[in-house]
Amino acid sequence: MSVPLTLLGLLEREPSHGYDLKRDYDAFFGRGKPLPFGQVYSTLSRLARDGKVVISDVAPGSGPDRKRYIITDVGATEVEQWLTQPVDPEPHLQTVLFAKVVLALMLDRPAAEYLDTQRSAHLHRMRELTEIKRAGSLVDALLADHGLYHLEADLRWIEMTGARLDALRKEVRP
Amino acid sequence: MSVVIEARDVEFSFGQTPALRGASVAVEAGEILAVMGPSGSGKSTLLHCLAGILVPDSGEILFDGARVHAMAETERSSLRRDRFGFVFQFGQLVPELTAVENVALPLLLSGVHRKQALPRAGAWFARLGLDGLEQRRSGELSGGQAQRVALARGLVAEPQVLFADEPTGALDSLTGEQVMDLLVGAAREQGTTVILVTHEPRIAAYADREVMVRDGRVNAPDRIAS
Ligand SMILES: Nc1ncnc2c1ncn2[C@@H]1O[C@H](COP(=O)(O)OP(=O)(O)OP(=O)(O)O)[C@@H](O)[C@H]1O
Ligand SMILES: [Mg+2]
Repeated sequence: MSVPLTLLGLLEREPSHGYDLKRDYDAFFGRGKPLPFGQVYSTLSRLARDGKVVISDVAPGSGPDRKRYIITDVGATEVEQWLTQPVDPEPHLQTVLFAKVVLALMLDRPAAEYLDTQRSAHLHRMRELTEIKRAGSLVDALLADHGLYHLEADLRWIEMTGARLDALRKEVRP
Repeated sequence: MSVVIEARDVEFSFGQTPALRGASVAVEAGEILAVMGPSGSGKSTLLHCLAGILVPDSGEILFDGARVHAMAETERSSLRRDRFGFVFQFGQLVPELTAVENVALPLLLSGVHRKQALPRAGAWFARLGLDGLEQRRSGELSGGQAQRVALARGLVAEPQVLFADEPTGALDSLTGEQVMDLLVGAAREQGTTVILVTHEPRIAAYADREVMVRDGRVNAPDRIAS
C-alpha cells in the first residue's frame, strides 16, 4: 500500500486536515494497522515540498492540525497516473515455493509433503478470509476476495506441480 | 464435539476398477467438511458410501452409532429419506413439478401432508432470494436459481447430514459463492453436518476443515493451530 499516493488520492476528494486523512486512511486502508500521526504529517510535508499539495488556512496558533492540505495539478496528475497504470504482477510467493520444491527434489526430501503442508496452510488462510468476507462489509469482502483469488492461483500451481513431481525429479536429478 | 458419521477402512470397486482402497474419515456433528482431490480419486464414491447409496466391499460406515454398511436396502433408503439431504452438481429437479413442489418433495416422501409441506417449502423461497419463483418449473429457472431450489430441497427436512457433490460446479464464481454462503448459513442455523465434495479451493474455504482424497484413500492434513 503506497501511503503517499493513497493520501494524495484522499485529498482529491476535498481539501482536508491531517487528522481527517488519518481517520479515512485507517477506516478504508489501515486494515487494523493505523497510520501513525507522525507518518501522516511527514508524508504530507514531503508532498508539499514536491509541489503535490499546498497548505492553506493556517489558523492562528500553532500545531499541525490547524493546516489544511489542498492537492495541486501535479499531485492530481500523479494520482491519475497511479490509478490508470497496472501494478507489476509480483510472482513473489511463486518463486519461494518454486525454489523450495526444486531444492527438495534435488536434496531428495519429501517435496509432496511440503506441498501438502503448503496447501493446508493456504486453505487455512482462505478459510480466514472467507470468514471475514461472510461477516464483514462489502469493502472487507472486496479485499478478502483479492487475497482469495491470489491464494487460489498459488493452489492451482501447487496441484499442477504436485502432479508433475516425478517428471520434475528426473529433470533436476539426472 | 462427537462424531456423527464415519467411514472406516472402506474399500469399493466398480467391477475391476478400485475406487476406494481403505478410505477412512470421521465427521463431527455440525461440522462442514470439504472433500477435495483430483478427478477420479474417489470423492463421489466416498460420498455415496457414506450416504448409504453404495455398499462398501469391505470396511464400515457408521452413522449415529448405526452400522450403515450392514443395513438392508430398505433400511438404508429410509435413512437417506429421513436423516440425510442431498445436493448435486446439476440440481436434478423433477421437471414435471413446480419449484415449490420440488422443495417440498423430501417432506412429501416422508409422509408430511401437502398442506403442511408446501408452506414449509415456500418459506425457503424468501430466505434464498427466490421470491416469486415458487410456481416455475425447473426449465424456467436459471442455473443459479435451480441450484438454490435444489439446496432448499436438500435442507427442507432439516437433515442431520447434508451431502453435497460439487453443488456449485455448474455455476459462475459469484453465483457459486452466493449458493455456498446460503448453504453454510442455513446449515449452521439448523446444526446440519455438511459433507461437501469440491475441487475448488474457494468453495472448500467455506468449510471448517478439508480432507484430500487420493487414489481412493483420505489424507487429512494436520490441523494448523489458529
Ligand atoms: N459407475 C461407475 N462405473 C465404473 N467405474 C466408475 C463408476 N463411477 C466411478 N468409477 C470409477 O471410480 C473411480 C473413482 O470415481 P469417483 O467418481 O469417485 O471420482 P471423483 O473423485 O468423484 O472424480 P470427479 O472429481 O471427476 O468427480 C474412477 O476411477 C472412476 O472411473
Ligand atoms: Mg465426483
